[in-house]
Amino acid sequence: MSTVSQQPDSDDGFRSPRQARGRRHMLGRAGLYVLATILALWVLFPIYLITITAFSPRDVVREYPKRVIPDEFSIDSMDFFVNSTGVLPSLWNSVLVAVITLILSTVIGAPAGYALARFVFRGRDPYRLIILSTRAFPIVILSIPLAVTFLSWGIYDSIWAVALMHTALAMPFTVLITSSIFVSVPHDLEEAALTLGCTPLQAFLRVVMPLALPGLAAASIFTFVLSWNEVFAAVILTLQERTLPAQVLATLTSSPPHFRFAAAWFMLAPSLIFIFLIRRYLLGLWGRVSR
Amino acid sequence: MAEIELRGITKIFDKKVRAVNDVSLTIADEEFMVLLGPSGCGKTTLMRMIAGLEYPEAGRVVIGDRDVTDLPPRKRDISMVFQSYAVFPHLTVFDNIAFGLKMQKVNKAEIRRRTEEAAGLVQLSPYLDRYSAQLSGGQRQRVAVARAIVMEPSVLLMDEPLSNLDALLRLNFRAELKRLVADLKTTTIYVTHDQIEAMSLGDRIAVMREGQIVQCGTPMEVYEHPATEFVGGFLGSPPMNFLRVRLETVDGQPRAMLGDHGLPAPATLVDHGSRDVLLGIRAENIEAIPLEGGAAHDGLVSQTLVVELLGSQMLVTGEIGDQQIKVLVRADAPIRAGDALLLRPEADKLRWFDAESGRSIAGSATG
Ligand SMILES: Nc1ncnc2c1ncn2[C@@H]1O[C@H](COP(=O)(O)OP(=O)(O)O)[C@@H](O)[C@H]1O
Ligand SMILES: [Mg+2]
Repeated sequence: MSTVSQQPDSDDGFRSPRQARGRRHMLGRAGLYVLATILALWVLFPIYLITITAFSPRDVVREYPKRVIPDEFSIDSMDFFVNSTGVLPSLWNSVLVAVITLILSTVIGAPAGYALARFVFRGRDPYRLIILSTRAFPIVILSIPLAVTFLSWGIYDSIWAVALMHTALAMPFTVLITSSIFVSVPHDLEEAALTLGCTPLQAFLRVVMPLALPGLAAASIFTFVLSWNEVFAAVILTLQERTLPAQVLATLTSSPPHFRFAAAWFMLAPSLIFIFLIRRYLLGLWGRVSR
Repeated sequence: MAEIELRGITKIFDKKVRAVNDVSLTIADEEFMVLLGPSGCGKTTLMRMIAGLEYPEAGRVVIGDRDVTDLPPRKRDISMVFQSYAVFPHLTVFDNIAFGLKMQKVNKAEIRRRTEEAAGLVQLSPYLDRYSAQLSGGQRQRVAVARAIVMEPSVLLMDEPLSNLDALLRLNFRAELKRLVADLKTTTIYVTHDQIEAMSLGDRIAVMREGQIVQCGTPMEVYEHPATEFVGGFLGSPPMNFLRVRLETVDGQPRAMLGDHGLPAPATLVDHGSRDVLLGIRAENIEAIPLEGGAAHDGLVSQTLVVELLGSQMLVTGEIGDQQIKVLVRADAPIRAGDALLLRPEADKLRWFDAESGRSIAGSATG
C-alpha cells in the first residue's frame, strides 16, 4: 500500500531509486532464507539426533563424537521403553485426556468465538483481552489450590482433573482462533440461509460449520498437541493415573539414557505426524485469517 | 402474491445514524417496485428490514394481511437475492437452488422437478453439478436468482443484483430479469443506485435520499415531474438542467428572466413574489438554433463551450451568463464550440422549483 512515495525520475544523475530498492529487496530475501534455514536447523537437528539415537543400539548412546549418519539400526531401545511398566496405560491416559480436552474446549470455546466474531456487545474488546490474560496467570500458583479443589470434588488423580486443567489452558487459544475462523465465513451466507427457511441454529450447522470445519480441525490439532505435551499440571494433579509426559518425567531421573531418547522420540512422533497431516489446513487457515 | 405495507419505518444504527427515517410505502400485489438512490441512502437497510434481517426502531412491516415485524425471516414468505450473491461455496449449484426447498421438507421428486425448472429459467441447467468456485460472476448471480425464485415466495427482494456484473452482461441480464419477474407475477422490491436500471425495470420507482423517500411514482412520472431538484438531477443522463431565474411581471404576465432574456412562466407562480426560482428543463427538451445576428425573443442565448458526440446524438454544453446548460441535439447538427445558440425549451416541459428548498412549486401536476 505504499503508493504514496513519489518516484523521482532516474535521469537526474543519481542511482535510480527503483534499482536501489530492487537490490535491497534481494538482500532482504537472501537474509530471510538464511534466517529461515538457521531456524529450521535449530528445530530439526535435535529432532534428527533424537531419532537416530532412539533407533540405535543402546551402547551408541554415550558415543562421542556422534555419527551424523548411523551405521546400525535397532529397535531395542524403543521396545524396552514401550514395554516398561506404566508406559502403555499412560499413553492411553494421554490420548483420553487430549480427546476430552479437545471436545470440552471446542464445545465451550467455539460458541464464545462465534459470539466474538458475529455480535457487537458491550465489553467485547475487554473480554478479548481478559481471555488472553488468563494465559498469563502462572500455573504454578494455580496448581496447588486446584489440586485441593479436585481432592474435595473427588476427581483428583483422574484423567478428568487433567482434562479440565488442559481445557482451561487451551480455552483462550480456542476462543480467539475459532473467532477468527468464524469471522472468515461471510455473514451474508448465514443470512441467506435464514431467508431460505433456516433457524439460526440450522444456519450455523448447515452453512457456517461446513465452511469453518477445516479451520476448526486445524485449531483442534493445536489443542490436542498442547494437551499431549503438557506436563506440569499433569504431574501435580495425578499420582497413579499419569499421562505419558508425567509418566516419563517421573521415571526419567532413574532411567538409562537410551530409555530417555526412546521416550523423547515416542513423545515427539505423534505431534509431528499430526502437524504433517494438517499442514494443508493450517496454510488455508492462516491465509484466511490474515486476509 | 401479496401487498406490502411499510408504516413509518425507522432504523437507527449506533444510537445516532438514522439509516432509514420514517418511511411509509405501500407496494401493490404483483408490483415491481424499485428503491433508487445514491449509495448510503438506506436502501439496503430498508430492504433488510422487510426481509427480517434487521429490526426497525419504529414502524411496522405488513406483508399480505400479516404484521411480520416481529417474525424471523423464515416465517415471512420472502426470498432475497443478496448483492454479494451469497452462493454457498460448499454446495453444488443444484444443492444451492434446492436448499430452501429442503428446509421446507418438500419431497425429493418435487425438489428435483422444481430445482431443474428454476435452473432452466436462468439457463443454469448444464452447470447443476458445479461448485460456486467453478462459476463465472454472471452464473453465480443466476444461482442466486434461481435459489430465490424456486421458493415461489410472496415477496421477492433483490439488492443490487446486477451491480457486480460487467456492462454487457448487465444489459442482457436486465432484460432477462424483467421477463422472468413479469412471468412470475411475484411482488418484487428491487434495490439499485442505477437510474437506468430503475427506469427500465420498475412499475414504480421510490427515490430515496438520506433515509427518506423523496418521491414515488411510475418511471415516467418521476422522470417527467421530479418532486425535487435532487430527483431531477439523479434521474436522467445528462441530469436535468437547473437554471436560477428571476420572476418578473411584464404586461401582467409572469416571466422568468435570465439576464436580458425571458421565458413565459405559469400564472400559478405569480404569488411566489419576485423571489428566485429554479427552472428545470431536460436536455432533450430544448431546441437549439444557431443564432445569426438578429435579436432573440422568447428564448435564451447561450455560448457553446463543448460539443460531445454520443453516437446517436450530440451533447452541447453551453453557458448562459454564469450558468451551465446541457442540450441534446441531432448528431449532425452544425454546432461547434464558441457558437452562439438560441435555446428554446419546450413550454410544457418546463419545471419550476423553489430555489431554497429545491421542491417543485408548479407545473408538476401528477399524472
Ligand atoms: N450495520 C450497520 N451499522 C452501522 N451503520 C450502518 C449499518 N448498516 C448500514 N449502516 C449505515 O446506514 C446507512 C445506510 O446504509 P445502506 O442501507 O447500506 O445504504 P445503501 O444500501 O443505500 O447504499 C449508511 O450510512 C451506512 O453507513
Ligand atoms: Mg446497498
